[in-house]
Formats: sequence, C-alpha cells, structure tokens
Amino acid sequence: MNPFSLARPKDHAATHALLTGRRFSLPLLKGGGMDVVDHLKEGLWKPDVVIDTRHLRAPGASAPISKDGQTIRIEAWATMSEIAASDILLKDAPCVAHAVGSAASPQVRNVGTAAGNLLQRPRCWYYRNEQFQCLKKGGGTCFAFEGENKFHAIFGEGPCYIVHPSNLAPALCITDAVVHLHGGKRASLPITDLYHTPDKGIRTEHNLEPGEIVTHITLSPAPVSGFYAIKEKQSFDWPLAFACAALQLDGSTIRSARVCAGAVAPVPWLLPGVDAALKGVDLDDDKALRAACAKATEGARPLSQNAYKLTMLPVAVRRAVLMAAGKKVEA
Amino acid sequence: MVSSNDPGWNNGKDAGKDGVSRRSFMVTLGASAAAASLSQAAQAALPKGQDAQPESDVRGPGETSLTLNVNGQSRTIKAEPATTLLDALRQKMGLTGPKEICDRGACGGCSVIINGNLVASCMMLAADAEGAAITTIEGLSKDGALDPVQESFIRHDALQCGYCTPGFVMAGRALLDKKPKPTLAEIKKALSGNICRCGTYTNVFNAILEASGQPPVMDSAPGA
Ligand SMILES: Cc1cc2nc3c(=O)[nH]c(=O)nc-3n(C[C@H](O)[C@H](O)[C@H](O)COP(=O)(O)OP(=O)(O)OC[C@H]3O[C@@H](n4cnc5c(N)ncnc54)[C@H](O)[C@@H]3O)c2cc1C
Ligand code: SF4
Ligand code: FES
Ligand code: FES
Repeated sequence: MNPFSLARPKDHAATHALLTGRRFSLPLLKGGGMDVVDHLKEGLWKPDVVIDTRHLRAPGASAPISKDGQTIRIEAWATMSEIAASDILLKDAPCVAHAVGSAASPQVRNVGTAAGNLLQRPRCWYYRNEQFQCLKKGGGTCFAFEGENKFHAIFGEGPCYIVHPSNLAPALCITDAVVHLHGGKRASLPITDLYHTPDKGIRTEHNLEPGEIVTHITLSPAPVSGFYAIKEKQSFDWPLAFACAALQLDGSTIRSARVCAGAVAPVPWLLPGVDAALKGVDLDDDKALRAACAKATEGARPLSQNAYKLTMLPVAVRRAVLMAAGKKVEA
Repeated sequence: MVSSNDPGWNNGKDAGKDGVSRRSFMVTLGASAAAASLSQAAQAALPKGQDAQPESDVRGPGETSLTLNVNGQSRTIKAEPATTLLDALRQKMGLTGPKEICDRGACGGCSVIINGNLVASCMMLAADAEGAAITTIEGLSKDGALDPVQESFIRHDALQCGYCTPGFVMAGRALLDKKPKPTLAEIKKALSGNICRCGTYTNVFNAILEASGQPPVMDSAPGA
C-alpha cells in the first residue's frame, strides 16, 4: 500500500470539510475498510488521506439497528453481522437480515458496514486487477465482453457488464429504503435512485456527489419477505444469482409481490414482470408459481459464458418467494 | 459525475497522466454549483469564527506510535497508517501465529479475535484496532495449558500441513465464546471463512464438537 494519512474527524461536518477542503487532494472515506483496503493493496487507489467514518453518529442514532413506529433504521456503521443478527430485521424485514447473513464470511461480516456494502465496487476481475485498464478505469475496452465473463451480467445494455456486488442493496430495493446523506444538496435519496446503469456513467456505480456521506438508511417493514442465493459453494462464496422477495398474502394466495434480483445486472435488478405474474398465484400451485418465476429472465441477454444464469435465476426467485412465505425449500 | 467516495478519479495512472488532482480540478471549476453548495454546507455547519477545517485527528503518512492491546498486554509500536494489523502483529510484534495466505480477506488464515469478534487481520488497518482487545493464537493458552480447542485439534489430527490451522482454531474459539454448544450447521457456518487446501474439514468439525463437550458426529477421514 502507498503511504497515506489516516483521519478521524470528530463529526460529519468535519468529515465533509476534509473531503472538500484544501488540506488533502485525494481523500477517501472508509467504513470497515474491507473494500477500501483491497483497492489500496491492489494499487487501484492512491488516496493521500483515508477518513474513518465508523465512529460518526448521526442525530437520533442509537443502536446499529432500531425501530420507531413503522420505520426501521440501519446506521451507516452497522456491521453486516449486526444486521444479520438483528431481531428487528429478522422479524420485520427478514429478507434484509438473510441477504446480509448470506454474504461473505464471518470475518468479513464482523467488519463490513451497511454503507460500505452498498458502496463497494464491483468484483469484475479485470476491474480488480491493476494490469487491466478497462472501460471502467478510463481505458478503451471492456475485457469481459470478449473475455472471461462467467460471473458477469445477463441484463443491461453494457458497455460494462459488471454485476452489482451488494447483497444488501436488492433487499433494500423491495423495502422502500431511503439512504440518508450529509454534506450535499439533498438530505436523502431513495435506494432505487442510488445506482445508475453503465450507459449513464461507467466510472462509478452510484449517484453520490463529491462530499456526500451516508449517515443511515431507513426502510419499511416487510415481515413476509425472503432471500435465496445460489453459489458455487453454498456456505461461503459470491452468489451466482440471488433474489429477494416481499409478499402480501391472502392465505396461500399472493395478493402482491415485489422481487429484486442480484448478481445478474450492473444494478439491483427489479423484476416488475414477475411481480405482476405472481399476483393471484396460489403458493401451493407449483406449476403456476414456476410459470410466474420464469418471467424473471425476460429481456436477458447472456454473454458467452454465463447463459447458465438463465436457468438459475427463476429458481432463485421461486425459492425466495417460498422462503418469504415460510415454506420449505429443497436444498 | 465523479465522487470523492468512489474514486474513479483516484486512479494513480489518471492523476499521473493529466497531472491534475481532484483538488486542482475542483479549484479550476471553483464556480461549479456542486462545489459552491458543498463548501457553503460546510461553512453553515460550523460555529462562527472558526475556519473551514474543523477538528480532525489526523496521523501519518509517516510512522507514528500506536498502542495495541494484544493478548492482554499493552504494546506500543511505530507504524504508518498504511500498516495492516497482520503486518503489525507479525513484523512489528513477532506474533507469527496469524498467517498471511491470500492477503485479501478470503481465506481466514490471518484470523484474530477483536473484542470477541473474528476478523481477518490482513484487511484491517492496525490503527483501527487501537483500543480494542486483540487475541491471537499465541494468547489462547493459559498458564502453559493449551486451549481446549487446540487440544481437541491435536486429538483429532485436524490438520495436514497446519498452515491454515491457527485461523481455524481462532474461528472455533470465537464461535464457542458466543455459543458454547453449537450445532454442526452452526460450526460449518462459523468456519466458512476459513479455507484449507487440503481435505481435513471432517476432523476440524469433530474437534470443535468435542471441544464443546459434544460427541463427534462424523467419521474421521480414513487414516486420520
Ligand atoms: C472474501 C469476500 C467475500 C465477499 N462476499 C460478499 C458477498 O457475497 N456479498 C456482498 O454483498 N459482499 C461481499 N463481500 C464484500 C464485502 O461485503 C464488502 O467489502 C463490505 O461490505 C464493504 O464494507 P466496508 O464497511 O468494509 O466498506 P469500505 O471498504 O470501508 O468502503 C467501501 C466503499 O464505500 C465508501 N464508504 C464507506 N462508508 C461510507 C459512508 N458512510 N459514506 C459514503 N461512502 C462510504 C468507501 O469510500 C468505499 O468506496 C465480500 C468480501 C470479501 C473479502
Ligand atoms: S465488465 Fe466493466 S469493469 Fe469489467 S472489464 Fe468490462 S468495463 Fe471493466
Ligand atoms: S490472509 Fe487474511 S484472509 Fe487470507
Ligand atoms: S492443513 Fe495445510 S492448508 Fe490446511
């Protein structure tokens, strides 16, 4: 790692001042540092100051996860382990707890934070390797398009084919989550506006402005919600495809559904076609359920090595729906 | 739009090529709405009479002294902010129990316990562990007696070459501290971040079951 200064600002205003002031030219925020340190080790980023944020407390912050009326709140600094084990989330938004509990390993979850998980950069191996100056890093080529793209996107128009790496983001997309910010022109941003597709800007995945700091996230309860991921190694690996589903049930009939897929597109991938098809489906009518979930791949355009995800995604969606309803899912 | 949080701009090659940093870029575009409103927000947040650089504890980039509480002892070293906890332990303190294997948070070989939580010391800045209770494998034995997890690993021959073993033992210890009688499924989950090139997992699971006072549930590997 190149040398850098390490700052612990006393509050959000001081953090903002370090980000925008004259003292440092290449400031970099850090949560747990899991993704930051990876970039520093690979020589992808060369900040002159790394700014720790974990000790910063937004007004009203109490526990890492809290609930006030019908609003659930996750602090930016809440660790993934705290999210996964939160009684509030396990009861009121299980898809969030399970999505995060399924991510990475205990070592990563004990350190990685909510904000850092949302803002982590993609895992595309060309992006992560200093040797490849791909489109995302200001070069002229997407090496994945003609190269090794087994773990890449099946949705989106390019010209970059990353999958968004966050397990948390898709779960927040079906729970009306809002990301709260300090230091910019706006106080908050709906999670569904946090990310953009590569055609709208290839260098970054999110829409934060320079100097904006995530302080906390709020979301609405989705007690009938679930998550399912398919991985090469089920206990610990990046998902090949996953889905989060939130349902409203009338007995065993789906009154309404919201489904968001992950690891298949450069942004969390909402599936309105599946939502519509699931409406009115009886969970015990497996044929109808499978037919509705098959809509998940509508519009997909796989690359040379990842058509297998077309088979996987409807399975992940169906199992997420069954998990949401508390039904048994075959292993 | 480039963002200070997402340093598409913070690419060494870019900065070198154009010779422009984000700072000079921002200064050049000093009148841009974003920059203007941002600095106004910063000013507004400050009490009158203070300049635009409120207090921040800043150290480095060179070596500064750093005090870590390792295995119950307070130890002060000189280290740059860019020093990982693993390097501080291995190179500055001579604690070579935690191993550097993947160096990217993916294998668990460097695992230590911090305030009761298992972490990958290769991915943590040493300065981030300041003020916390750090336990390495060297700190598990008490008064010359091995930890029950260590004893059990030996009894079950839960290793081949042994390079990954300190990480596995720490993962087992961290689990038992939180859950004295874990199920096999819980053991598998707790050890999922520890990866070994050999096939000794069965013996590892049995060792942890036994260390928690439960009978081994799986046959040991042939020859073990
Ligand atoms: C082996 C391994 C497996 C993994 N598997 C998965 C997986 O399956 N699913 C998954 O989702 N993740 C996975 N991860 C990624 C991991 O979850 C993320 O690296 C972690 O969540 C990042 O959180 P952090 O707090 O450490 O972020 P940091 O590394 O500290 O920061 C990440 C980014 O967020 C920015 N940032 C941090 N805090 C703020 C803030 N408050 N405001 C504005 N910007 C901020 C930083 O500037 C940086 O750009 C894995 C990682 C490893 C090493
Ligand atoms: S998918 Fe994106 S990050 Fe990966 S090589 Fe192509 S442009 Fe680069
Ligand atoms: S060396 Fe730290 S996790 Fe592999
Ligand atoms: S015992 Fe050799 S790597 Fe695990």
